[in-house]
Amino acid sequence: MKEKAVILDKENISRVLTRIAHEILEKNKGIQGLCLVGIRSRGVHLAKRLAECIKGIERADIPVGILDITLYRDDLTLIASQPVVHKTEIEFEIDEKNLVLVDDVLYTGRTIRAALDALIDFGRPKTIQLAVLVDRGHRELPIRADYVGKNIPTSKTETIEVRLAEADGRDEVVVMEKT
Amino acid sequence: MVWNRKDLLGLEELSKEEIEFILSTAESFKEVSTREIKKVPALRGKTVVNLFYEPSTRTRVSFEVAAKRLSADVINIATETSSVKKGETLIDTGTNIQALNADIIVMRHNYSGAAAMLARSLKISVINAGDGWHEHPTQALLDIFTLKEKLGAINGLKVGIVGDIAHSRVARSNIWGLTKLGAKVTVCAPKLLIPAGIEQMDVRVSHNIDEVIKEADAINVLRMQFERDEGAAFPAQLEYYKQFGVTEERLSKGKKDIIVMHPGPINRGIEMSSGVADGANSVILEQVTNGIAVRMAVLFLAAQARDKDEKNTD
Repeated sequence: MKEKAVILDKENISRVLTRIAHEILEKNKGIQGLCLVGIRSRGVHLAKRLAECIKGIERADIPVGILDITLYRDDLTLIASQPVVHKTEIEFEIDEKNLVLVDDVLYTGRTIRAALDALIDFGRPKTIQLAVLVDRGHRELPIRADYVGKNIPTSKTETIEVRLAEADGRDEVVVMEKT
Repeated sequence: MVWNRKDLLGLEELSKEEIEFILSTAESFKEVSTREIKKVPALRGKTVVNLFYEPSTRTRVSFEVAAKRLSADVINIATETSSVKKGETLIDTGTNIQALNADIIVMRHNYSGAAAMLARSLKISVINAGDGWHEHPTQALLDIFTLKEKLGAINGLKVGIVGDIAHSRVARSNIWGLTKLGAKVTVCAPKLLIPAGIEQMDVRVSHNIDEVIKEADAINVLRMQFERDEGAAFPAQLEYYKQFGVTEERLSKGKKDIIVMHPGPINRGIEMSSGVADGANSVILEQVTNGIAVRMAVLFLAAQARDKDEKNTD
């Protein structure tokens, strides 16, 4: 794989997250009953950043949970490299909450399907909404995002790499191309 | 790390990294049992067969709970009521279970090496739930998991294993696991219950329980298995308690936060006093809880390895 283009840089990502934070607050009319759940691994960093943005606007903390969807995947036997099971940490009640699921890239929709199944095992939220940094198309399930950082049309031979300072040392979104 | 073993037969054959990988996977599974809905779909559609040639309640129930929390279907075969009584061989029983399209056999057997023999004859996974005096890997893994949870790391810990070392698969698996992870192990028992050559497993031998308690960060007190070998090998039960029983008084001379473990079921007043079993240093019930997480991890890893295996040979 080689880098084809940088789609979002550090400043873009920061602006996009600020915008999504505002959109979340607008749609949910404030932070009452609002909580974020990040999907491991990069969704977690994005959820924490969104919570920071929301704190900057509303001057209050909202709960952030961590969801590992490995045990809910429908492709456990298909992936060559074995996924490692990590902890799910949702230390708050999700019943009757407005819950925003956060992930880095929305692609086939299968990760989100697994995440929905997992969340529903934890309780019955009032709503589940979806925020993603990048929507690259090619859905295989009837799933859409409520908040999208950037729509990036891609071909199936391309991949999107989201790099975040917490995990990768810098912030950028790159389209990679098969060589 | 990639897990490629379809079977779990013992800790002797595992590397330090493999043991650590199981432990860290188990950590992730522990949370599942704290949920209101204690179930994940990871092994949905898989069939786990518990094949027990020896009486066992806690290990079998623990495996059953673990498999069910992963959404697997569980079938229990107690050999007293099965065709084993009609003379069927172990391998025949195994191939029949395989022919039912089961995915994992969890086996307890009174002969050392039985699990390994079965695993060689079958394509499906075999998990050793105790074979004779040989190994009981999931018990040792849950002991080590509990120690790690309590004390942070295994490397450098001083662990005493007290009791019938000679006839204990729990002791053997613990010694393999603990020494691979860098713990210093001392085994403590009357002379007759220490097998010859045990020092080659890189352990110290002591016949003085007070000396072991004084040094140890943790002691694992084994069950005296009167049902296994009645007779001359055992000193009288009271005599054993007097010399080796873990009492509050003995414990008070050790480190303040020494960890006391026991694989259960406890003989109160033989291996330890009731006060110790229920006291602040005891983690015996936490071991039971952790056993579920460890067995979930083991079942999950074995099922995945086998799925991969099948795909490659298709």
